[in-house]
Formats: sequence, structure tokens, C-alpha cells
Amino acid sequence: MSQWLDQVIDAAQISDYLAPVRQQALTQLKADGWPARRNESWRFTPLTSLEKRDAKQAVQADSLPVPAIDNLNAIDLVFVDGVLVTQVNTLDVPAGMTITSLNSDDAATQQAISSVYGQVKPTRHMFGLVNDALCQHGIFINVEAGAKIDTPVRIVNMTSQDVDAHTRVVVKLAEGASATVIEQGFGDTESLTTAFAEYDLADDAHLEHYRFAMFTGKAKQLGGSHFKLHNRTTLNSTMVGYGSELSRLDVDIHHAGEFADAKMNAIYLLAEGELFDLHSTIEHAMPNGTTEENARGIVGDKARAVFNGRIHIHRDAQKTLAELNNRNLLLSRRGVINTKPELEIYADDVKCAHGATVAEIEEEALYYLLTRGVSRSKALVMLNFGFIQELINDVPNTAVREWLAPILSERFAQMEVK
Amino acid sequence: MLSINNLHASVEEKNIIKGLNLEVKPGEVHAIMGPNGAGKSTLGYVLSGRDGYEVSEGEATLNGKDLLELEVEERAREGLFLAFQYPVEIPGVSNMEFMKESVNAMREQRGEEPLSAAEFLKKAKEACKQVQLPLDFLKRGVNEGFSGGEKKRNEIMQMILLEPKLCILDESDSGLDVDALQVVADGVNSQRDGERSFIVVTHYQRLLDYIKPDFVHILADGKIVKSGDASLALEVEKSGYAFLGKGYEEAEA
Repeated sequence: MSQWLDQVIDAAQISDYLAPVRQQALTQLKADGWPARRNESWRFTPLTSLEKRDAKQAVQADSLPVPAIDNLNAIDLVFVDGVLVTQVNTLDVPAGMTITSLNSDDAATQQAISSVYGQVKPTRHMFGLVNDALCQHGIFINVEAGAKIDTPVRIVNMTSQDVDAHTRVVVKLAEGASATVIEQGFGDTESLTTAFAEYDLADDAHLEHYRFAMFTGKAKQLGGSHFKLHNRTTLNSTMVGYGSELSRLDVDIHHAGEFADAKMNAIYLLAEGELFDLHSTIEHAMPNGTTEENARGIVGDKARAVFNGRIHIHRDAQKTLAELNNRNLLLSRRGVINTKPELEIYADDVKCAHGATVAEIEEEALYYLLTRGVSRSKALVMLNFGFIQELINDVPNTAVREWLAPILSERFAQMEVK
Repeated sequence: MLSINNLHASVEEKNIIKGLNLEVKPGEVHAIMGPNGAGKSTLGYVLSGRDGYEVSEGEATLNGKDLLELEVEERAREGLFLAFQYPVEIPGVSNMEFMKESVNAMREQRGEEPLSAAEFLKKAKEACKQVQLPLDFLKRGVNEGFSGGEKKRNEIMQMILLEPKLCILDESDSGLDVDALQVVADGVNSQRDGERSFIVVTHYQRLLDYIKPDFVHILADGKIVKSGDASLALEVEKSGYAFLGKGYEEAEA
């Protein structure tokens, strides 16, 4: 067992309307215990930095300046050290959408939240269970049937020194509703953030989703975004991961209706001794669904990337189209990439493809550009950033795209090639 | 302009250049001929600073600057240009993006303002025209899917845009038909201005009918073994490298 998990279990106080889910989560945590080193889910991502650490409380910190996304006219919801600092009741929210705190007193709201909280996210994610049990601060976004919300909602997690932050986002889009949600996380000092989001997307709903997991240094993050799609739901998700001492994202997309369409692009750029682990699971439980997942990353210096992408096509999910691709560029001999795309197919009339590649710098092309006077760092960006740029170009929101392109190419240019 | 003194260089611990001397003055055109394996291409790689080409002895200076101390891109910015025999294909990087970056790196070196996209496009279009490449080449990946002749013309186009001080043309004639050869030669000749110098590496005298050299050197076994005027190239064309002694004839055959 782990000191940290023991303290987490001891600290859990269960008394609110979410008590049944919290209790269940605790029971499972106790039963499962701390994952052994050989546990497949954590095989390449050791939890040693957390194991013997003390669990810490979220304390109200001073508000921190929220990094802006230029030209993005969004509703910002901010957590600092696990505490929701935005006054949600004073927000100017477009008609058709409501944003409330998870600590709502309203019975109907509590009921709506309970229908999603811990229901979309599978129970196999240990830190998801921790979040189920401990999360005190969260947001519920509800969009009415048919409402098309153009204003993006941005949820920012900022975690500073010596704190464990557990935050939750619960989103419900009713029939034919559409919305854009951006989840963004920052931190670089010793801390832990478990930020989980659950999206229940009804028939014909459309969600444009972003997750920018920009924790670095000693900021540990263990989070997830989990989606339940129904008939003809469309999901377009873009994720960006930086690496830190311990950084892990779990993504689940569950096709629970027919003709749902999921597109997911993920980018990770890792430097120095950073670790980033992306585990995605796509469940095709119903026929005629489509999934396209592209995960692309660059690993420099002593960094480590872990990618595990699973597509599970159930027996009834005929006519599924699913594609999963993971491409990596390794800049250094000391960097490590563990990639594992998995297809598990029980239906007989489906089209599926998966692939994973790891490439290295092409010396001859680099030399050619240098002989024309192009600087080494520019040449590296030109040669090796293209496959990342393709995913950036794919970002549907213009402001987000224009914000992301320079910060990612800058991060890449600063990576050392060894 | 270029001064090479007793240069020794090796690749993978094999000595290729073994005491080479060469003096190129501003505005001069020097042709280097020689049998296969003499070190002709190696000379270009060594001067440009390619990884894996180790200099063990000797000096090479460009306008007084020690070339061997400089990084690849610094040598280029000092005015050294190497037109490759086999230019590499780089899908995903457009010619336009690449050349704009390159031209502006040279301008920065000379203390000039970078060109705007429109200014660059104008220059690039003119250069394209001059070597008879269609304009859509600018948008395509660097050398991607180009024929052998198109790649060679692309090299000359780059040379025109970058305005180097010293150009090394590594078998820019190989694989070209007569018309393409004429285009390449015209491109080179248009850049002769009495200041810019050229080293033309070739197997065949044919190219030298179009680009008139001031000097012809024979490179064999890593050294220049014979130098002369343009008539030396004609002599080689007629009777091969027999004068070098036994062994070279076979290498050439």
C-alpha cells in the first residue's frame, strides 16, 4: 500500500448528495490497493514519486494571473489549487446554457449532475476514483436541447506549491446542442492535480473539445476526459500534453449510440526528463460509428512518452470505421517512447486500421538546409515540425490555432538535439 | 577568395583528400576533373562542413576566414554555395518556405532587412523563370518528385537567389540532356560578374563547352596532379587519364 493512498482514504469525508458514488469509489480503492510495478496500466509510468508522499489538502491560494489565449472570447472558469475561484453565479452566460458549481443546493441540478458524475468515466482509473471520493470543487455545464453555443467555455486549473488539487468538470449536452469546452492545466512546482471531466453528449449533439495539459517540472497531473456519445453525436477533440515528473491523461470515448463520429488529435512535446503518458480507449458498442485518432509526439533529451491506444469493437458494432495512428519523433538517444496501439474486434463487418512509428532526425536533409544558411534550430523546425503542424492546422478554432502554433514551435525549437 | 593549403580529410577513417592545394581568385572559374573515387565530391562536402568528413591536416580559408572552424550554416552565410550532385528530397518543407528562410538568413548576414513575402515571391518567380521551372515548383516540397534535371535546375535557382561568393558545382551536368545542360550553363553564366568564383566539378568536357573555365585541374588520389587551361579538359576527353599511370584508366572505364 502507499502512504499517499492511505492518507487519501482517511481524508475522504462523505456526506453530500454524491455520497453513494464517493462511497463506491472508496470501497474500490481499498479493494484494489496501490498498483504493483507490473500492473499493465502503469507499466511504463512509475508512481514512485507519489507512493511515499504525504497527501495534501487544497487550500485557498492567492489568485494567480490566468494565461490568456489571445483573441479567444471565452467564458473563463478558474480553479486555483483545486478551489473554484470564479463566481459562477455572476457570469454572463448565453441563453440555453447554464454553468453551476458542483456544490449546488438545487435538487434538479444535483440530480442532473448525479446522472453523469462517475457514470461516464469507467471505474478502472484509480485516480479517477480518488477524484470521485475527494473532489469538493467542480463545475457543471448544461446545454439545453437545440442550443448552439458559440462562446467557448474555458476551464483553467492552476496548481501551485505543496497542494493536492482534485477538480471535476461535468458537461451535459442535450439533443442537438453544441458547445466548445477547453480544459487547460498549468503548474510547475511540487503539486498534484487530478482533473477529471465527464461529457454526456445526447443524440445529435456536437462537442468541440480541447485539453491542454501543460503541467511541467515537479507538477504531477493525473487526469482524464471521458465522453459518452449517443446517436449521431459528433466529437472533435484536440489534446496537447507537456511532460512533467509524472503526467498522465486517460481518455475514454464510448459510442453508446449509432452513427456517432469521434475525431481526436493529440500532440505531445517532451523535453529534458519529462514524462507524458496518454492512455485512450475507444469503445464501439453500437453499429455505424466512426473514430479517427491521431496522436503525434516529439521526445527530446531524457524524456519519456507513453502511448496506449485501444479500440474495442463490440460484437454488435457492425459497420464501424476506426483508425488509430501514433507517430513519434525521437530527438535523442536517451529519450524513450513506449507505444502500443491495440485493436480488439468482435464484429465481422468493420474497417479498422492502426499504426505506430518512431522516427529519428534525418541527417542528410538537415545538412542540406544548413548548407543554404538556414539556422540549425529553424531547420529542425522545418524538417520535423511538419507532422505536428498538420494537427495544429486541424484545430477548428482560429484563435486557439493561432495561439497554439507559436508556443508549440517555440517549445520544440528549445528542445536540444543530442 | 578561396585558399586551400595541404588539405587532408577522411571519411570513416579512410583518407580521401591527401594534401590538396588550390587557390581560387575572385571571378575565376576552376574546373576539377578526375577519375571516379579521386575525391571530387568529398572536396565539396569537406568545404561545406558535412558531418563525418574529418579534416586531419591543412587549411581552407574563404576571404581570409578559416572555413574549417565554422558551422555548416555559417560557411553558407560567408558565401559558400554547394550545388549537389544528388539533391535530397524533403517532402513536407515547401521550396518557398525553405528559400525565403535561406535568402533572409543571407540578408541578415549582410546587415540587410529581411524580404517581405511579396518581395521574396517576386525574386523567386524571376529565378524560376530563368532556369525554366514552372512557378508551382515553389509550392511543392523541396525536390519532392522532381526529375533529375529539375533537381539540378532547382540547385541553380537557389544559387541565383542566394548570391554566393563562391559556388561549387558538383557534377551539375550529370544526367542532363543537351537542352537542360544549356539551361544550367546559362544560369551559371548569368551569375558570372567578375567577382563571383566557381569551382566546376565534372566528369565530362562537355559542360566546359558551355561554362568556359579559366583553369582545369586533374584530381587523382586526393591531390591535384595536373593543372592547365581549358585545353587540358580537351586532352582528357581525347585520351582519358592514361597519363596518370596504370590503374586510373581502368577506374575510369
